[in-house]
Amino acid sequence: MRIELERRADVSKLFSILSPFIALGLTLFFGGIMFMMLGKDPFSALYSFFIEPLTEVWSLHELAIKAAPLILIAVGLSVCYRSNNWNIGAEGQFIMGAIAGSILPVVFYEWQSPLVLPLMMLLGMLGGALFAGIPAFLKAHLNTNEILTSLMLVYVAQLFLDWLVRGPWRNPGGMNFPETRTFDATAVLPEMFASGRAHWGFGFAILAAILIWFMMRYTLKGFEITVLGQSQRAGRFAGFSSRKMIWFSMLLSGALAGLAGIAEVSGAIQQLRPVISPGYGFTAIIVAFLGRLNPLGIVVSGLVLALTYLGGEAVQVSLQISDKPIRVFQGLLLFFVLSCDTLIHYKIRMIWYDLNDTTGEGAR
Amino acid sequence: MKKLLFALATTAAVIGFSAGAYAADKAKVCFVYVGSKTDGGWTQAHDIGRLELEKALGDKIETQFLESVPEGPDAERAIERLARSGCGLIYTTSFGFMDATVKVAAKFPDVKFEHATGYKTAPNLATYNSRFYEGRYIQGQIAAKMSKKGVAGYIASFPIPEVVMGINAFVTGARSINPDFKIKVVWANTWFDPGKEADAAKALIDQGVDVLTQHTDTTAPMQVAAERGIKAFGQASDMIKAGPETQLTAIVDTWGAYYIKRTQLFLDGKWETSSSWDGLKDGILTMAPYTNMPDDVKALAEATQKKIESGELKPFTGPLKKQDGSEWLAAGVSSDDGTLLGMNFYVEGVDDKLPK
Repeated sequence: MRIELERRADVSKLFSILSPFIALGLTLFFGGIMFMMLGKDPFSALYSFFIEPLTEVWSLHELAIKAAPLILIAVGLSVCYRSNNWNIGAEGQFIMGAIAGSILPVVFYEWQSPLVLPLMMLLGMLGGALFAGIPAFLKAHLNTNEILTSLMLVYVAQLFLDWLVRGPWRNPGGMNFPETRTFDATAVLPEMFASGRAHWGFGFAILAAILIWFMMRYTLKGFEITVLGQSQRAGRFAGFSSRKMIWFSMLLSGALAGLAGIAEVSGAIQQLRPVISPGYGFTAIIVAFLGRLNPLGIVVSGLVLALTYLGGEAVQVSLQISDKPIRVFQGLLLFFVLSCDTLIHYKIRMIWYDLNDTTGEGAR
Repeated sequence: MKKLLFALATTAAVIGFSAGAYAADKAKVCFVYVGSKTDGGWTQAHDIGRLELEKALGDKIETQFLESVPEGPDAERAIERLARSGCGLIYTTSFGFMDATVKVAAKFPDVKFEHATGYKTAPNLATYNSRFYEGRYIQGQIAAKMSKKGVAGYIASFPIPEVVMGINAFVTGARSINPDFKIKVVWANTWFDPGKEADAAKALIDQGVDVLTQHTDTTAPMQVAAERGIKAFGQASDMIKAGPETQLTAIVDTWGAYYIKRTQLFLDGKWETSSSWDGLKDGILTMAPYTNMPDDVKALAEATQKKIESGELKPFTGPLKKQDGSEWLAAGVSSDDGTLLGMNFYVEGVDDKLPK
């Protein structure tokens, strides 16, 4: 017996819409069983996971903080992936953006002016874009595999940051610990509302999602991205250059990742440390696909993924369990979402071999 | 929107109140861990402390923890969640939680905070640390006695003062026995990575060291030492199981006594901020049994431990020179704590350049 996935001729519209909800239902069901096996009340576990974080103002702010970099990066990646350019190194571009933007508050810390913050954001975008420019150049001119080069550059960025905060950028008043001086108030991204600590990074994320959505849907550039992504040949006939598209999509996604980096550092951390991201650049890849590479879908999937982190902590606190079952639960959610999506586009076919069949063809 | 938020907030407050009323008779003491509580090293040592605390004061308190909390903005959220969930006293057990703890402490003046290994305090934020270097001094003396080549290998994590201090203490101890003793250092740039730590151990042994010590958390170096037939020291926990014929002794972190002492003060309403830096005499670190060594070395180690416990011996006491040969401490002068906590130079005898 073997199992084959066969593409469905026509995809059900209804189930495309229902798919995330089916996935959620399955996760709730199997997650509930898991919590029950652990001897915990499944209903209160699920309540703490999905509802509790949404019932308090401070926690909504935390949700925005956590979702902002995910959405910002994923929106940029969606353009890349749609155009068939596989930028896996957003984590590195995030870090380089954060470093470039931090030049002002760390090296020129004495310059305090209202101009600092906008310049920081611009430098952050520039840093991220330039760093993404390396794999773009290599792919456009040397035909290297951008998946490999962009991924390997992540480690370069991480080690560069590590070297900076231990060496030249170390805080002279920081007891020799590996961190830069803390940013001056003029270099801190302000809060969006008076009610909590969510900063403007979330505003940037929403704005970027809307702009990219508009571009993809209503502009020639958006059409170009889609065409080149689906068929390079067709794109060439239409007069589109796939080499220019490599540059465009990589620089754009790099710039957005860089902006996410400097917004995170300026808004939430307020100094550079050896580690500034718990893997936002990689998680954003999941967010981009969960949002089906649609910028507005990505806003939703970014919020959902952020919720699973917050919910995970809420469950740990309210039920007194370790974080391992929570990780399993997060894994369940992703597994069901992806498998539901797969089964909408494909059907499973079992191919049984007839043991008495001597022709070896197998009964079909 | 504002009204809606207000309504939500009030509902939440009401729910919070009714939920909190259940456990009102027991105080809640909470812990934030950077790793998994079964990591076999740093975090596990803290969790053992938490369990001892529960055992000692379990009728008056309940404990709660969040594990594998990443340093950075996530830490701030995790700590704030605990503060909001009714914790009266919160221990944050990684250096990287420092600024997050400071920020949350400022927001919740009625909650008490204790941060491990940091240096920032507030009226409701204390710090605590352990004088691990006292144990390393003893290890250095043992190494000098046991090594035939006069060279030990040191697997270090990150070049922060804490680690540099440990290296210097080890060398100072060793050179108090053998003035020509040297150590080689490999920076693993990780706290917890069995593969990297094992590679570092192999590299050091290939360079000819015949005693090994580590400032990383796994038992991998101990296992490599056992395979290659040299002696080694354990770290954070007693690692005798990984090297029954190999481990000479280990520095064992024992936070329980401190947690019990401070929590009792908190219950009595006498908790005050402080910067605690206890050592062998207070029992915040202990030495695993001295094994796999001749009796005279064991006697020497025990004698040194006694002297440190009684305060007769301070590991960093002159005459001591820095690596470049310039004088650090004149004869009979002991280093002040401030210098130790910001240590960024090697003493004489370290065969390595400090990463800058």
